[in-house]
Amino acid sequence: MAILAQLVTSFIATSAFGIIFNAPKQTLVKCGLIGMGGWLIYFLLEDYSDNAILATLAATIFIAVISQVLAKYYKTPVIIFSVAGVIPLVPGGLSYDAMRNFVENDYNTAIGLAAKVLMLAGAIAFGLVFSEVINQVIQKINRYRARI
Amino acid sequence: MENQVEATYEIMEVCLLAGKIMLQSGAETYRVEDTMMRIASSFGIEKTHSYVTPTGIIFSAEGTEPTKTKLIRISERSTDLKKVAMVNSISRRISSGDANLKEALEQLEEVDSLDVTFPFRIQVAAASLASGCFMIMFRGGWNDFIPAMISGGIGYLSFVYFHRFVPIKFFSEFLASFMIGLLSFLFVKIGVGHQLDKIVIGSVMTLVPGLLVTNAIRDLMAGHLVSGLSKGAEAFLTAFAIGAGIAVVLSFL
Repeated sequence: MAILAQLVTSFIATSAFGIIFNAPKQTLVKCGLIGMGGWLIYFLLEDYSDNAILATLAATIFIAVISQVLAKYYKTPVIIFSVAGVIPLVPGGLSYDAMRNFVENDYNTAIGLAAKVLMLAGAIAFGLVFSEVINQVIQKINRYRARI
Repeated sequence: MENQVEATYEIMEVCLLAGKIMLQSGAETYRVEDTMMRIASSFGIEKTHSYVTPTGIIFSAEGTEPTKTKLIRISERSTDLKKVAMVNSISRRISSGDANLKEALEQLEEVDSLDVTFPFRIQVAAASLASGCFMIMFRGGWNDFIPAMISGGIGYLSFVYFHRFVPIKFFSEFLASFMIGLLSFLFVKIGVGHQLDKIVIGSVMTLVPGLLVTNAIRDLMAGHLVSGLSKGAEAFLTAFAIGAGIAVVLSFL
């Protein structure tokens, strides 16, 4: 039941972010589905292993790979599909928490949280770059084969 | 000779306009550079250099005649994925030879002047829906759904309105998060809301610079050191503004 609620809310939240980012209308549902898939992976993995960084990385790679495939199919920039999908994974709540602790003079907690924010954002960025690199390697191999 | 110089300038004009629209709409740095180079090479300028930062583009084209360089300043940035897609499709048409220089310039100018955003009330509705849903995703209870929706929607609304009067983004973010903190506090005080932290985190999500942080690190990884660092600075300022706005409420009430 909890998972069902998570699925529905992540779908709505991601599509709503698509509207805020002004994604083209016909991609909104796809954005929502991508976000839902990513969040499902994150939610299950985080529950299972208690490691938010690993869960974020896995979810981001899923989102990025699907976005690459869709972008190639619909001939649009990858960013349109990946941006909204990544939003639920972004450590917004955590960075808010860190800042709040900074402002309340609790520097020790704040720095720990800020480091975690950086690690999570790094995991997302790494996942995005990783899938792009894989995509380029596959293209290069295909081109190499075509030449032979 | 004279004609050729003229033509090079026109090609650069098209490249820079495309780059400007993409950068203002939130495209990644490497995509902006890549698009400008592709457009230039499909019009016959093979050797180009571009230097893209979040606040400006420098673009130079080498040819047989002396190298020409142009600079364009970017002052306003937002996220508008539709325009990125539109410029991308124009650039594809140029590469495949379906659009000549004049057509491309006209189409780009049209995209630049176009306002293709969703109606404002739909954006606010989306922001408030997203706030409520994020509250659930951060394991809040369903009894906080409506308070999170209201404070998130009003937070986004006030961010956009303040930003119209105050041109400094930092300040309007501060005021918007102050509003969110105040509203959430009031909801909890009168008993409509229950968990203050969850409501605040959910409603703040629409303002949080999550995309900026991710893009900053991504740019750094790709070797765009200057734009990565400056995006990181922008993200830090935004996060600071939001945290400060909430903290003002929490420490004074």
